Amino acid sequence: MSETILSIKNLNKTYGTLQAVKDLSFTIKKGNVYGILGPNGSGKSTTLGIALNVVNKTSGEFSWFNNTVTTHNALKKVGAIIEHPNFYPYMSAYDNLKLVCKIKGISTDIVNSKLELVGLLERKDSKFKAFSLGMKQRLAIASALLNDPEILILDEPTNGLDPQGIHQIRALITKIASQGTTILLASHLLDEVEKVCSHAVILRKGVKIYEGRVDELIATKGFFELNATKKKALLDFLNNHTAFGNIKEEEGKIIALLNEDMCPEELNKTLSEKGIFVSHLVKRKESLEKQFLQLTNNK
Amino acid sequence: MKRLLQIEFQKLWQNRMSKFLIIAYFFLLTTIALIAAIKFDIGPIKFHLAELGIFNFPYIWHFNTFIASWFKLFLAIIIISMVANEYSNRTLKQNLIDGLSKKEFIYSKFLMVIVFSVLSTIFVSVISLILGLVYSDYTEFGIIFSDLEFILAYFIKHIGFFSFCLFIGMLIKRSAFALGFLVIWNFIEWIIYGLLFWNFGKGSTIPDNILNFFPFRAMYNLIEEPFSRLSAVKEVANQVGENLSYDYAVHWYEIVIVAIWTFLFIYGSHRLLLKRDL
Repeated sequence: MSETILSIKNLNKTYGTLQAVKDLSFTIKKGNVYGILGPNGSGKSTTLGIALNVVNKTSGEFSWFNNTVTTHNALKKVGAIIEHPNFYPYMSAYDNLKLVCKIKGISTDIVNSKLELVGLLERKDSKFKAFSLGMKQRLAIASALLNDPEILILDEPTNGLDPQGIHQIRALITKIASQGTTILLASHLLDEVEKVCSHAVILRKGVKIYEGRVDELIATKGFFELNATKKKALLDFLNNHTAFGNIKEEEGKIIALLNEDMCPEELNKTLSEKGIFVSHLVKRKESLEKQFLQLTNNK
Repeated sequence: MKRLLQIEFQKLWQNRMSKFLIIAYFFLLTTIALIAAIKFDIGPIKFHLAELGIFNFPYIWHFNTFIASWFKLFLAIIIISMVANEYSNRTLKQNLIDGLSKKEFIYSKFLMVIVFSVLSTIFVSVISLILGLVYSDYTEFGIIFSDLEFILAYFIKHIGFFSFCLFIGMLIKRSAFALGFLVIWNFIEWIIYGLLFWNFGKGSTIPDNILNFFPFRAMYNLIEEPFSRLSAVKEVANQVGENLSYDYAVHWYEIVIVAIWTFLFIYGSHRLLLKRDL
């Protein structure tokens, strides 16, 4: 079993009468890329804030590295970016990172190489306040990577960036993930999580509604969109076939959900043997987005 | 401790505003020496401040520490902004995320309070010593090094005042409002004094006794105004029939009151930080 990095148990947080996090438990293990997914205000940032020692929990527990170190010492082995980049505006990029090194108690030799990784080495002497949002965010990532962290925590890292900036940040995250760093990525953007993460925790109004592998979350067998002139015969066939579950009509097309794997060629062959010729046949998988909306709306 | 000092020095020294204020502060402290140069020579009226005896040992320790402590407002601005800016830049949050503990954060700010107080005390001591050696009528060893409790009082007073600034910076989180509060608090103490005075009537010692426990008054009590100690002033006062003998000494309980306030301010700052969600 791989090493536990962060474990959260029965965590609660209330702001006045609002319960931001409700009885939340999950575990982060080494080597995986986790996504915390949830609409705005679902308690993602609060949860991370508690784990990062900047928000006080109401009740419950969390522990870093199996409770082997105090929280603030654990945080020296963590790289984290919360919402937007916070640095000293009057210091240069290089000096800001130097300061972080001093806080973490590590050598400043590494600063230049991290600036190079995020493509800011040429701008290292520019003041932070002169940076664009994309550059600030990349500097924040460089800062979070200074200590070669055990885990990188990113809270909405692409929020407010232009498409180019989003692309740069995602490429960077993928690169870091490929080097084996554990990542915890909070986002309300599903495709972001789908593209980058192997595991996901889904939150809604502070309550966990899913925890597990992303591919299992999207693990429905998919569905067929069908149409034929002999619609009745087609429907009869589908209703009597064990491979299909729910069958419905939407916008003149028949939607048939699969219970087991079936390839379109096979279906087409069987149908034509029965004398049913389709005018429309598409196999689709439900997107994470649809799943997510279903999950967050239904419960 | 060295690590925390390095962190704070970098934060302060790279900020142009605080660098300017620090330099301005120490420059202004040296201008105390310029008082010596105040000289009127208009026909029959000859007036040379240095010859009034203000630079005589040991009186100079009292006089210079009193005058120099007016300039502490410069450093107050630095202390307040170095705390409040951590909130407005949200760097406090980032510092904690990066692995600074809340205790270390307050400790590092308090270290700067101590550093500023120590530097200021040393600076004033050296300037006073030099001025005294140049202008004092008495330069016997025993006289030079008497009344040194004013130096201790100066140090305690600054620690207390800067801790107050640190606390209101933490409490209010905005430099401008916190500075405003500093001024308002001064008024509040006066208003309370006025109300007590009105309540107990003239001649009662109760208003003073109560107010002596308030932070600003307690700090003021450490070094009271030195002017009425001057022989020239005393002579004038005697001529108009006023007796100016009052208690200007530094008392141990005055130091204790300020020390307790200092503790409360630092403890309060830490509690605030522990309780707050950032």
